[in-house]
Amino acid sequence: MATTGKVLSEKFYTAMKKLEPRYPNKKALILPALHEAQKEHGWLSKETLEDVANYIGVHPAQIREVASFYTMYNLKPVGKMHLKICTNVACCLRGADELMEYAEKKLAIKCGETTPDGRFTLSEEECLGACTTAPAMMANDDYIENLDINSLSDFIEKNKGGQA
Amino acid sequence: MSVEANTPVTKLFEPHFWKDSNRKLEYYLDKMDGYKMAKKVLTEMTPDQVIDEVKKANLRGRGGAGFPMGMKWSFIPKVDKPKYLVINADESEPGTCKDRQIIRYTPHALIEGIIIGSHAIGCKHSYIYIRGEYAREAKLLQEAIDEAYAKGYLGQNILGTQNTLDITIHRGAGAYICGEETGLLNSLEGKRGEPRVKPPFPAVSGAFACPTAVNNVESVATVPFVMRMGGDNFAKLGKIDKSGGTRLISLSGHVNKPGVYEIGAGSMTLRQIIEDLGGGVWKGRKLKAVVPGGSSAPVLSADEIDVVYDVEPLQKVGTMMGSAAIMVCDDTTDMVKLLLRVTKFYAHESCGQCTPCREGCQWMESILHRIVHHPHDGKAKPSDIDMLTDIAGNIGGKTLCALGDAAAGPVISFIKKFRPEFEAYVRGDVKERVRHA
Ligand SMILES: Cc1cc2nc3c(=O)[nH]c(=O)nc-3n(C[C@H](O)[C@H](O)[C@H](O)COP(=O)(O)O)c2cc1C
Ligand code: SF4
Repeated sequence: MATTGKVLSEKFYTAMKKLEPRYPNKKALILPALHEAQKEHGWLSKETLEDVANYIGVHPAQIREVASFYTMYNLKPVGKMHLKICTNVACCLRGADELMEYAEKKLAIKCGETTPDGRFTLSEEECLGACTTAPAMMANDDYIENLDINSLSDFIEKNKGGQA
Repeated sequence: MSVEANTPVTKLFEPHFWKDSNRKLEYYLDKMDGYKMAKKVLTEMTPDQVIDEVKKANLRGRGGAGFPMGMKWSFIPKVDKPKYLVINADESEPGTCKDRQIIRYTPHALIEGIIIGSHAIGCKHSYIYIRGEYAREAKLLQEAIDEAYAKGYLGQNILGTQNTLDITIHRGAGAYICGEETGLLNSLEGKRGEPRVKPPFPAVSGAFACPTAVNNVESVATVPFVMRMGGDNFAKLGKIDKSGGTRLISLSGHVNKPGVYEIGAGSMTLRQIIEDLGGGVWKGRKLKAVVPGGSSAPVLSADEIDVVYDVEPLQKVGTMMGSAAIMVCDDTTDMVKLLLRVTKFYAHESCGQCTPCREGCQWMESILHRIVHHPHDGKAKPSDIDMLTDIAGNIGGKTLCALGDAAAGPVISFIKKFRPEFEAYVRGDVKERVRHA
């Protein structure tokens, strides 16, 4: 009996129903719920957080408190393609800084910003756990490893026009 | 990889890496004697017998602290409450990417390890806490779990016994501190991933206030091999006291062949690992420094690497093995910038609960920042160097969790071993500026 919220679709409630029996209480579903909710619009708006809070049965402030602790929950809109370049030690040793500079130039935005057409957001990321294939970045959910300027450039070109 | 094989077994995981089809259940059953041990343990062995075998194996935790597994499991009280085996797949210590290999290529070893470990501690529902960024890995792992459910290895009456066992993957969402076991448990419970005050220890009150063992992916995935070989034989794979089996090493940075390599515990020196496995320092350059156990480990200089690569020998030279992540720096590396990068990480990841860690990490970052980025306008002062050491000294040992020590160790060791580089910066002798780091 999935109810729908203000902004979250039935899909969210159906997915959560499936997960409920796997946890001893509903609060434990907060992280999975935020992941699921973020799938719908790519970020977590105030209304989305309210729907999640209603679903869990806690105050929205409590959901925001949790969500704001984790870097993967976007509390602001992000571009269609979110590039997160790892600049931690192992990637840094193999040229991550140059990649970041290149990406900023190529996209004409600073790290932390989104292109005016909403296509790309560029972020700096802490260690992605891809250190033996450094430098690495994430493009939405995918990892791209053993990066160099050429492959980064190709990737951006490929995702510029069509479907991100 | 059966015990009967004529060639002596020296590597457990590595031979199975790199081929996608190896992650399938059929491969695990056919080529790795999969799930036989789970069946044997459930039908023929008591929990205490399992724990004894793991103790004999000298299997130490692979997550960072090197704590003996058998001992950890024996701490779980036999009370009438749910008990949890929680798998730490957060893999967030910078430099580390070994658990990812296990999840990608031998996920069933992890699942079988969970079945065996759950029997040992009386767990009926195990959670795998996987870092949020490993979305692809979470999917692969779920596929393997689904295969195991379909075969009746998980669920009710598993492997034809009376036992029940469920496994649920819980995805993190980007926070290094959730690798710390009590931060992880809070995150599992739907809270901010802030480490807890101990005691109570997780063995007494962990996930959902119930007895809990938190173990690293590699630790648990190794358990089926222990049972196959027998604890004594497994222990002999290690070439040093107290460390049995093999270790997966993540070798990165300035080497010719970065990669995840498997060695018998204590069977090689750091130099041998860098030269024989990593093919030496890249571009024909010389070695300058090695961070030997994830970025939290105090740095070693080039003349300190003839040390056996295992827990105690590294402790003796003032550093640690941690998660067995080795990062190699060639002689062009700017150690001051590198330390800034390391410190920035801890400042960013401090959960903020303890004042020395929260404030200290911020201060160290901002001082290092002015040393690197403002060496010419009088903002950085020679006294900054000692101030850094001072601040670091006031963090170590004064915080709730080990992140504080992890942040302090690099600062103290980098300055101690590469002080002239810091001095050159504050004198204004360093010209080049790079935006990051
Ligand atoms: C700041 C911090 C980060 C940690 N990150 C991880 C991690 O990513 N993966 C992990 O297995 N252990 C990590 N640990 C160690 C865990 O707290 C815990 O000791 C480990 O999961 C126990 O498993 P083991 O005994 O099998 O090694 C971390 C510890 C600290 C203090
Ligand atoms: S030491 Fe740092 S990360 Fe650990 S609990 Fe204290 S403030 Fe949080």
